[in-house]
Amino acid sequence: MNMLSINNLKASVEGKAILNGINLDIKPGEVHAIMGPNGAGKSTLSSVLAGRSDYEVNDGSAIFMGKDLLELSPEDRAREGLFLAFQYPVEIPGVSSTNFLKTAINEKRKYHGLDPMEATDFLKFMKLKMEEMEMDKSLTSRSLNEGFSGGEKKRNEVFQMAMLEPKLCIMDETDSGLDIDALRLVSAGVNKLRTPERSFLVITHYQRLLDYIVPDFVHVLYKGRIVKSGDASLAKELEVKGYDWIKQEVELAK
Amino acid sequence: MSEPEIGIIDQVVSQEYKYGFSTDIEMETAPIGLSEDTVRYISAKKNEPEWLLEWRLKAYRQWLKMEEPTWQNFSYPKVDYQKVIFYAAPKQKIKLDSLDQVDPELLKTFEKLGISLLEQKRLTGVAVDAVFDSVSIATTFKDQLKEKGVIFCAISEAVHEHPELVKKYLGSVVPSTDNYYAALNSAVFSDGSFVYIPKGVRCPMELSTYFRINAENTGQFERTLIIADDESYVSYLEGCTAPMRDENQLHAAVVELVAMEKAEIKYSTVQNWYPGDKDGKGGIYNFVTKRGSCEGAFSKISWTQVETGSAITWKYPSCILKGDNSSAEFFSVAVTNNRQVADTGTKMIHIGKNTKSRIVSKGISAGFSQNSYRGLVKINKNASQARNYTQCDSMLIGDKCGAHTFPYIEVNNNTATLEHEASTSKIGEDQIFYCNQRGIALEEAISLIVNGFCKEVLNQLPMEFAVEAQKLLAVSLEGSVG
Ligand SMILES: Nc1ncnc2c1ncn2[C@@H]1O[C@H](COP(=O)(O)OP(=O)(O)OP(=O)(O)O)[C@@H](O)[C@H]1O
Ligand SMILES: [Mg+2]
Repeated sequence: MNMLSINNLKASVEGKAILNGINLDIKPGEVHAIMGPNGAGKSTLSSVLAGRSDYEVNDGSAIFMGKDLLELSPEDRAREGLFLAFQYPVEIPGVSSTNFLKTAINEKRKYHGLDPMEATDFLKFMKLKMEEMEMDKSLTSRSLNEGFSGGEKKRNEVFQMAMLEPKLCIMDETDSGLDIDALRLVSAGVNKLRTPERSFLVITHYQRLLDYIVPDFVHVLYKGRIVKSGDASLAKELEVKGYDWIKQEVELAK
Repeated sequence: MSEPEIGIIDQVVSQEYKYGFSTDIEMETAPIGLSEDTVRYISAKKNEPEWLLEWRLKAYRQWLKMEEPTWQNFSYPKVDYQKVIFYAAPKQKIKLDSLDQVDPELLKTFEKLGISLLEQKRLTGVAVDAVFDSVSIATTFKDQLKEKGVIFCAISEAVHEHPELVKKYLGSVVPSTDNYYAALNSAVFSDGSFVYIPKGVRCPMELSTYFRINAENTGQFERTLIIADDESYVSYLEGCTAPMRDENQLHAAVVELVAMEKAEIKYSTVQNWYPGDKDGKGGIYNFVTKRGSCEGAFSKISWTQVETGSAITWKYPSCILKGDNSSAEFFSVAVTNNRQVADTGTKMIHIGKNTKSRIVSKGISAGFSQNSYRGLVKINKNASQARNYTQCDSMLIGDKCGAHTFPYIEVNNNTATLEHEASTSKIGEDQIFYCNQRGIALEEAISLIVNGFCKEVLNQLPMEFAVEAQKLLAVSLEGSVG
């Protein structure tokens, strides 16, 4: 069974069509990479899946774990196990990561009819995950993302992902802005989170990341459509040849 | 990203005020309106000594000559003082010796408000004085405090039991003719709390007064006087609620703090008077004069306030730093929603040498409300090496509310160091969506963001009250965003 099944999804913002019929199936345990030129609609796709209200869905469907994703509120999508690592994580001054994550985890537990986690259990769990993700202790006591460097913000997204244990992880350019060591740490973290059940949708501009997180499929998004799909070798090909040849193919096919 | 107003940030305002019930109890009230007779009536009811009656009358005569101030950044319908009841007290047949004799209706009222006056259910470590309309109902933990020599009682009782202290300090920080509302209060104040901490004593528990306005058409004019003698310490907390009523009720209190050498007073307020309904009908006018005097060298006064209620809040808890090396702090959170107005801030008057003051103000406005910070930092000629740090942050929820800052500075000594920082932010749709995406729904997200914004101030509150204050913030903003 598919974990996520996207069918002919069309979406627009302020009357401007951005997604023009996306089809994509993701099975449990699979890693899909999405590549494509700037402005192709990659972040829009992740926002629409996560339920951002600025985007209007005009057509198509998205079924997540058998549920109509587009009918769920953004918070319920998250509680059902959809996680988005943001391209630009926001700062929330005065709120510590610890407090934020405790709230998030307990809201999710409530949704699933579970009691809130005991404070000590939570702290133990967090300590474990911090070690696993090789996170610096100081980051979790500071205000959420406030004054974090670009790379620290991205690493913090992956840490939150580890804490919330989602079923589907959407990562929007998590590798952008990372130095070489941080890229290795983030990739290692993601690989630790890979299980036969958990799936990933990895948006990236760089083949480099896919050397570490080897995808099962690579898709090229262009002008709001998936115009080409292949295996990990497609990313290598793009790295060498760029997008022009794909753009030409698309224009010719018209 | 498009502006959030229409999508998410437009429906903050639906939560019912949960303290809006009224108590049905037989009351004894002064004849409606205000005259010298009203002042005499109140004084007689309290069996006051002649000097106090004279003091009240002097204030009353002065008040008649004063004008209502008009410099504020908001307007309100003129209060008709001939339609206000200046004294209301639950009818008691006998003088109270113990709580067993308190009308059970009253005890129930305070229970409903989460304040137990009954021995077995009291908050541990907090002594409470409960003021219902114009009179103090009960003060708890009196005996334990007595052992340490701490006096904590109704001010009407202190007038009889400790006349020398009351006579010496009443009006010493806020003179009876200080301003329009202080003069009014001095003429008609009915009750309030009195605290005296003797030399070298650390008050063994938090002291707390709970004010409740119940009767219709009444004003509440309480008077609080706190004196911390040399090297003593006290932490005092004030809370307040009122029933929901259509008309506006006036609350014009006066609070005076006196800190002697090396003494420290921490005064915290969680103000939750009825704010009126979402269209601005009803609610309390909260026109309060609060001032502390750092009399002695190395003394310290901190004001912490969390202001969520009242239709109009108009108050400036201030400090006069007389003693050399004395210090003062003002930490404030003011939340306004719907049609509420808050014009609040502080005055720090530096007189002694090496005096320090710190101001941290957080204003949160939602709905159609207006929220102003107004502050004065004044450095007198002889206050060498004085320092002030001021930080004013405003947060807007939606685009129909307003935030304003009026920082005034008067420096007469060029060795002073003053720093001022200000910021205005908006709860963004980005922040809310980020929370949503982690499974945190709208109301919870706002509460998280707002509490984060106020953290520095909330951290100043005693633990139990910080938790209360956090919940209160969440409730006052409920429905502010949709
Ligand atoms: N809220 C918005 N308002 C107006 N236009 C938008 C909005 N969001 C996205 N767009 C437009 O939609 C198009 C797709 O944007 P999107 O962010 O999805 O691209 P992307 O593929 O993620 O690009 P990049 O690789 O640069 O991150 C762009 O032309 C962008 O300007
Ligand atoms: Mg993008």
